[in-house]
Amino acid sequence: MTLLKERIGDVQLRVMDNTNWRKPVYETNGLNLWYGASHALKNINLSINEKEVTAIIGPSGCGKSTYLKTLNRMVEMVPDVNISGNITFKGNNILGKEMPVEMLRSKVGMVFQKPNPFPKSIYENIAFGPKIHGIKNKATLDMIVEDSLKKAALWDEVKDRLHKSAYGLSGGQQQRLCIARCLAIDPEVILMDEPTSALDPVSTHKVEELISSIKNDVTIAIVTHNMQQASRISDRTAFFLNGEIIEVNSTATIFNNPNDRLTNDYINGRFG
Amino acid sequence: MPVNSDLTKNKAVNIRDLIQQNKEKKSNREKFEKSIPALLFLIASVSILTTIGIVSTLLMETVEFFKRVPIVDFFTGTVLKPLSQTPSFGVLPLIMGTVTSSLIAMAVAAPIGLMTAIYLSEYASEKVRKTVKPLLEVLAGVPTIVYGFFAFTFVTPLLKTFIPTLEATNILSPGIVMGVMIIPMIASLSEDAMSSVPNSMREGALGLGATKLEVTGRVVIPAALSGIIASFVLGISRAIGETMIVTIASGSTKNFTFDITQSMQTMTAYIVEVTGGDAPAGSTIYYSLYAVAMTLFLFTLLMNIMARKISRKFREEY
Ligand SMILES: Nc1ncnc2c1ncn2[C@@H]1O[C@H](COP(=O)(O)OP(=O)(O)OP(=O)(O)O)[C@@H](O)[C@H]1O
Ligand SMILES: [Mg+2]
Repeated sequence: MTLLKERIGDVQLRVMDNTNWRKPVYETNGLNLWYGASHALKNINLSINEKEVTAIIGPSGCGKSTYLKTLNRMVEMVPDVNISGNITFKGNNILGKEMPVEMLRSKVGMVFQKPNPFPKSIYENIAFGPKIHGIKNKATLDMIVEDSLKKAALWDEVKDRLHKSAYGLSGGQQQRLCIARCLAIDPEVILMDEPTSALDPVSTHKVEELISSIKNDVTIAIVTHNMQQASRISDRTAFFLNGEIIEVNSTATIFNNPNDRLTNDYINGRFG
Repeated sequence: MPVNSDLTKNKAVNIRDLIQQNKEKKSNREKFEKSIPALLFLIASVSILTTIGIVSTLLMETVEFFKRVPIVDFFTGTVLKPLSQTPSFGVLPLIMGTVTSSLIAMAVAAPIGLMTAIYLSEYASEKVRKTVKPLLEVLAGVPTIVYGFFAFTFVTPLLKTFIPTLEATNILSPGIVMGVMIIPMIASLSEDAMSSVPNSMREGALGLGATKLEVTGRVVIPAALSGIIASFVLGISRAIGETMIVTIASGSTKNFTFDITQSMQTMTAYIVEVTGGDAPAGSTIYYSLYAVAMTLFLFTLLMNIMARKISRKFREEY
């Protein structure tokens, strides 16, 4: 019996290793983006696979945030943005006008670099998303709030002060609250832009654990400047440089024997 | 830095000694520095003393008035006939006039001002905002007598085509025009409150699939609420203190009524009327001026305290 289990485990492990096996949620083809005259993303081709953690790394200003914000069309809020190429989300083109942005964003949550809870109670922060999407039943909302906070490993810390202001929480707790707020709308994808760069090591560790615990349910794309973080939590890594993708590969390959010399230089810190 | 090295090489000029020397020279200036707080205190006390002077004069004369007219009669009387053979000094008609005109003004200014603020802060492009905001501030600088004239010669006749029973002087028209006057202030202050809500909060809500209207209604306005309310309170306090518009366009009939098509007198307009006529010093009508002014002062004081309280709370929010 135990022998069988071991063998099955082995088989599954091997399947997991083969990243091509995963279904892509996002597919980006020939994406170009300009802020006015400056060409911020150049011919990006990248797929983000279901229930994987995709890390996006690269030096400052290379377009990581821009790419992430393109995935939920937040980038269009900047005046003077021009986009060409195409991005599909589960097979549907998102850059055209077919899919309303609100629909896309209700399936794709976003966590920002600086925690940005609303100036409301902890409870209202979590209930915000479900409420705007029409969930009004108090019992349902209560359940969603508890469930999301538990998933974000924050429940025990805040269960006695759900109706107190979210601003009374520490920075790390606030960031986990923002992740919980995202989880409350049960998104299929969560985009995270340097979610731990404003946090201390303990809080960072908690957020990383949280990511590992939810990755069986959600697809995650995470921008990070922390190489160890990328190698710890991600399955695949994309290396951006000057608005271009230099290399996309399994995280193990990127960090152990990258194909591109530039990638190697970057992950070893030999880079401006 | 050749100069510096010269200095240090030259044993005669030691930097430490130099500073010490200068410090000793400074002792005169030090005395001057020390006297500055006292000097500034004196200057600042000019305005404080004036305020104390005004308030105490008001108080003294008001006390004098209440020796002649019982305080209860003053605050509960609905008849104001200061010039009659049998004079009667009830302040309620004036309070009615002030409250009614201020309410009409706010009914106009609060929604329009808030909508303008929402448009400017949430929807307008940078270019539109940059042109409209200074324009609003210009509008806020129009002299009130111009508004009064406008109410009397334009708004009242215009309203008369819809409300034939409207009197030539009435409280409705100056109320509306006061509202128009206050709009820029409410719009500008509310816009400040709304645009100081951090963008990260809007992004947070948008990222959850909220529409722009939901972001405005459920995140931005609640976050800016105390600032918005403070702007309303300041607007009311401005309306209460407004004088010229009501004096010109509402006449001087001391009606105690709820009918806004009739002429009513506000506290401010009463003061204008009485000071404009010749009320002999020492007469009851002369002292009534102070009692009304005191009431008005208490009204605006209350409003300003409220505005302060609310805006202080606003600062704590995020
Ligand atoms: N709103 C904007 N308007 C104009 N240019 C912008 C805007 N946002 C970003 N850019 C430019 O686009 C390029 C990519 O920026 P982006 O923010 O995506 O970089 P990043 O990889 O996220 O950097 P960082 O690691 O510092 O966050 C930069 O050159 C930046 O100056
Ligand atoms: Mg960035």
